[in-house]
Amino acid sequence: MDINTFTSKRFLVPGLITLILLILLATFPLYLPGYPVILLSSILMYIVITVSWVIFSGPTGYMSLASAAFFGVGIYTAAILGEALPLPIVIGIGGLASFCVALLVGALTLRLRGIYFAIFTFGLVELIKHVLLFWELHVTGTRGRFVIVVDYTTVYYVMLVIFVMTMLTAYFIRRSKFGSALQSIGENEEAAAHTGINVTLVKVITFAISAVFMGAAGAIMATRWTYIDPYIAFNLLISFMPVLMAIFGGMGQLYGPVIGAIIFTYLKEELITRIPELYMIIFGVVLVAVILFLPNGLVGLIQKLWKRVTGEQHENT
Amino acid sequence: MLVTMLDVVIGGLLMGGIYALIAVGLSLQYGVARVLNIAHGEFIMLGAFATWTLYIVFGINPLVSLVIVGPVVFIIGFILHRTLFTRLRTSSASPAAFEGNSLLASFGLLFIIQNVAILIWGSAPSGYTYLAFPVNLGGAIFAANRLVTLGFAVGIGLVFYLFLARTRLGKAIRAAAQDPATAGLMGVNINRVLALCFGLGALMAGFAGLLISMCFSIQATMGLQYTIIAIIVVVLGGLGSIPGSFIGGFILGLIGSIVTYIEPGLSLAAYYVIFILLLLVKPTGIMGKK
Repeated sequence: MDINTFTSKRFLVPGLITLILLILLATFPLYLPGYPVILLSSILMYIVITVSWVIFSGPTGYMSLASAAFFGVGIYTAAILGEALPLPIVIGIGGLASFCVALLVGALTLRLRGIYFAIFTFGLVELIKHVLLFWELHVTGTRGRFVIVVDYTTVYYVMLVIFVMTMLTAYFIRRSKFGSALQSIGENEEAAAHTGINVTLVKVITFAISAVFMGAAGAIMATRWTYIDPYIAFNLLISFMPVLMAIFGGMGQLYGPVIGAIIFTYLKEELITRIPELYMIIFGVVLVAVILFLPNGLVGLIQKLWKRVTGEQHENT
Repeated sequence: MLVTMLDVVIGGLLMGGIYALIAVGLSLQYGVARVLNIAHGEFIMLGAFATWTLYIVFGINPLVSLVIVGPVVFIIGFILHRTLFTRLRTSSASPAAFEGNSLLASFGLLFIIQNVAILIWGSAPSGYTYLAFPVNLGGAIFAANRLVTLGFAVGIGLVFYLFLARTRLGKAIRAAAQDPATAGLMGVNINRVLALCFGLGALMAGFAGLLISMCFSIQATMGLQYTIIAIIVVVLGGLGSIPGSFIGGFILGLIGSIVTYIEPGLSLAAYYVIFILLLLVKPTGIMGKK
């Protein structure tokens, strides 16, 4: 077989599927307005957070619990600048602010061993929350702030744009030399340094890039909540959701975290409205069960089953 | 002025005793069993509410409750390690992967225990008064229950230190902390020792919860705050070092007392700043090796 037809076929089918999906997503508010659009924006938001978490934490193995911090920085950007500036600029600044915070945090902490990095990022969210609360109570004299409201279709389209950008970034980082460098850092950091990779630089830059999308997502989601305070903006659950969704979906493939985020967000919305008092317990049980029984996630499980069905005849292709 | 200083220092020491106890528990769980147990504070909360229930419903003296609350929390911790964490340990690819996985699993436990507690006891603060008469210490006045708390915290810590230093089982624990694989080769039943450490860690948390319930109001969501303090103290004192945890506990108690005196709203923020500086400057802590 000619090599050209092989490559074009290989890219044609996924390319077509992506195009159809994008068209469907872009026209979605036309035939299903109202709650489905709001639900879909939430799903897109969690996909954005989860995939951007995976961009850094997936290949390197450094577990970041700072997602809530970057998301919250975006939220506060929208709260402070929302009235003064047009929406696209506010969202851009939200992403940029998160980028700067991540750059600083990364430069300070990415020398730390894995588990210390996890605790540090966890502490960071709480630190920002408490300092901000103190500042708001004593300096600005308020506890919370109001955010200007944007209609839900706009929220949806902005989220869709952020989603497409996140997916493209994740895809190209994975395919590039940069992605291979990240992978080798995850496998053996010292060996990676010896092959000439500037380990710290690669880690810090990736960490900061992944924060941009979380900040942008926070800036647009803030407009849906209308009222925010430090406890709402810097909610630790936002740090754990992406970890759980990524592990649940499986991090081996790019679509794993996406599937995890879709299933989980849907379940979350259903559970919160139906049985709010049991929601957190179910969340905890699922978290423990996934870690125990699905170490490679849903995608890993399906691949394993698929191999069993096909008798592993494709192993060497 | 002198009295205020005395007030702040004694207040810090009294708080430090409880911090030390909590940190010793976490130090066992993380230093030996390698589980960074984010649900540690939930065992404190369980201990506190068990004591509260025993006192309010059955009229049992909180100090007598020690012999009831302790074993119950220990058994819960032991079983949790035997079922959940042992399984995770054997299925994880590397010790680093186990640390990450067990951290996440303990987060799951946090959500489960905390919300079950909310279902049982509600989310409003509760409390009781016990030994609340004032005691004058050179001008600084404290409730008697806080002094009793400090006495018990130091006593429990000492007994536990002797257990580690003098008994055969203590030796096995120390061996497992240094090198689990070799300890296993030397005939230490490693899974049982690790589960024992986890259980003992939970026991310390339960005792701390009991002591906390004597002095402060308790709430189903109180756990995480103490977990964070415990993590900071453990890192401050050096991972796996029992004396380090004790010294770290008192240092943090003092700092907390001073910051609270100056600006109450910033005490938690001050803890984080200390923690972050510590991680950046000396991640091995005061008594840490290497």
